[in-house]
Amino acid sequence: MKTASKPPATFPPAAVGVPEGTRSAGRRPGGPWRRRLADQSRAYAFLIGGVLCFALFSWYPAIRAVVIAFQKYTPGSGGEWAGTANFTRVFHDPEFTAAWRNTLTFTLIALLIGFAVPFVMALVLNELRHAKAFFRVVVYLPVMIPPVVSALLWKWFYDPGAGLANEALRFLHLPTSNWSNGADTALVSLVIVATWANLGGTVLIYLAALQSIPGELYEAAELDGASLLQRIRHVTIPQTRFIILMLMLLQIIATMQVFTEPFVITGGGPEDKTVTVLYLIYKYAFLYNDFGGACALSVMLLVLLSAFSALYLRFTRSEGEDA
Amino acid sequence: MSTRTLVSPLALARPRGKAVYWTVFSGVVLLFALAFLFPVYWMVTGAMKSPDEVTRTPPTLVPDHWHLSGYTDAWDLMDLPTHLWNTVVQAAGAWILQLVFCTAAAYALSKLKPAFGKVILGGILATLMVPAQALVVPKYLTVADLPLIHTSLLNSPLGIWLPAVANAFNLYLLKRFFDQIPRDVLEAAEIDGAGKLRTLWSIVLPMSRPVLGVVSIFALVAVWQDFLWPLMVFSDTDKQPISVALVQLSQNIQLTVLIAAMVIASIPMVVMFLVFQRHIIAGISAGSTKG
Repeated sequence: MKTASKPPATFPPAAVGVPEGTRSAGRRPGGPWRRRLADQSRAYAFLIGGVLCFALFSWYPAIRAVVIAFQKYTPGSGGEWAGTANFTRVFHDPEFTAAWRNTLTFTLIALLIGFAVPFVMALVLNELRHAKAFFRVVVYLPVMIPPVVSALLWKWFYDPGAGLANEALRFLHLPTSNWSNGADTALVSLVIVATWANLGGTVLIYLAALQSIPGELYEAAELDGASLLQRIRHVTIPQTRFIILMLMLLQIIATMQVFTEPFVITGGGPEDKTVTVLYLIYKYAFLYNDFGGACALSVMLLVLLSAFSALYLRFTRSEGEDA
Repeated sequence: MSTRTLVSPLALARPRGKAVYWTVFSGVVLLFALAFLFPVYWMVTGAMKSPDEVTRTPPTLVPDHWHLSGYTDAWDLMDLPTHLWNTVVQAAGAWILQLVFCTAAAYALSKLKPAFGKVILGGILATLMVPAQALVVPKYLTVADLPLIHTSLLNSPLGIWLPAVANAFNLYLLKRFFDQIPRDVLEAAEIDGAGKLRTLWSIVLPMSRPVLGVVSIFALVAVWQDFLWPLMVFSDTDKQPISVALVQLSQNIQLTVLIAAMVIASIPMVVMFLVFQRHIIAGISAGSTKG
């Protein structure tokens, strides 16, 4: 992916030194104006399908989300302006606070677990000299299992009766837990599922980053008497700082949109302990038929996440140019 | 073993280093097997236990009797052929349309210099900032009642296919790749009398095999794994892809049958991964270091 494959050498070499445009102008009939029009219409013929899809399914919905957020909207009938009524209504929903609190907590725990664990895993895997292919395939296997299947699988593991999770605790002579059914443990249980299902990708990205660290740095550090931990602190982490930051932003963006796990495993319960923002958006649209409220919530989520996305894009662009 | 890593090869060569290495190695093998392979094993064998055995405590590691009826029941009772076929149709259509429209648009933006090309590209890249899920509700309203033509794409595979084309990431990937193809090559083709379409088909696309492979894998995996969007688009049970059908049917079905259905739903993607794992893993690693 990094470099384009070289053009086959059999192509006739293009004429050199002739300014662009003048060359083809001589060959083709019609004035430059007509030719330019033909070129333009040809270019747009190639563009139109893709651009139409973007217009319909990206640009238009983005504008519409903002518009509907300020409207009283029911499908079929046109919207009526409602000012900020949607926002105040959504804001006074007791689930609103719960949803934001749960989403932010989820993101925070996911960062703690889903961040440290893959890093340590990659660090260890990078040192192992055998069975590398095995580790890579195995760690990525859960990523390829459909998220719905992982969610249903873990729902079964979390079953308080015959679930594997409690069975494992009993085997280790530890007290059992309510897992996804317990008010205190439900959210953490969902983070575990999401982490299990997604960490393979993170590990592989870290692994690639670790492999690009020049070995001389470790050698020099070791000659200076740096211990293993010091080498991690002063060589590994600074060298992978950029990837760490990028993945952190990506993970924040991804986990703030969590939906499948709470929808499939807990249904938002117990009480409102696992209702997330996206789940609440879904409820407003499809349970309450309140599209104004759903769009008001969408706009809030959009603003917050776009800020992180902008940060991410800026990072990748500036650092990408350095590299 | 090419470059040196955190631990020096010298330290590893010492007897103590060797002992530590093999201890850590076997520990990691064991941990990975337990954490990532065992759940999959548990799922595959759980489906083959009898309904009593699967809920028994303590559970059995190996089924007492191997039943295949879980799998056959899932296939028949949950109407898996229909849902698998729906998923295949949705994924294949999204993949083909994405390849056709995104390549054409990327080619135009990269090589044909359309007026306002920069503005259009900017608009496309701007959508990268908008997280997909935050817009599902207005997108749903658009799909339910398309502007100007006022038709609904709900319960139609078009509701999956067309929005899938609006994938800024894949389009940008293609455009970046096309940018690297030297203009001389295309001009040479033009002098030989090839039109723009012919140039795209016979020169640009054959040179772009690696990036087309990456885009294809991304496109297929995305549709196969998606849940929220098909949940919104398909209210007709017969039209639902397997991910949505599994959740809808999970309520009132025997556990062993559900587990068997979960295994069947996982097979296509896992097989694809095992076949293309080199490319998939290389794609993830390469894409990341470049950023």
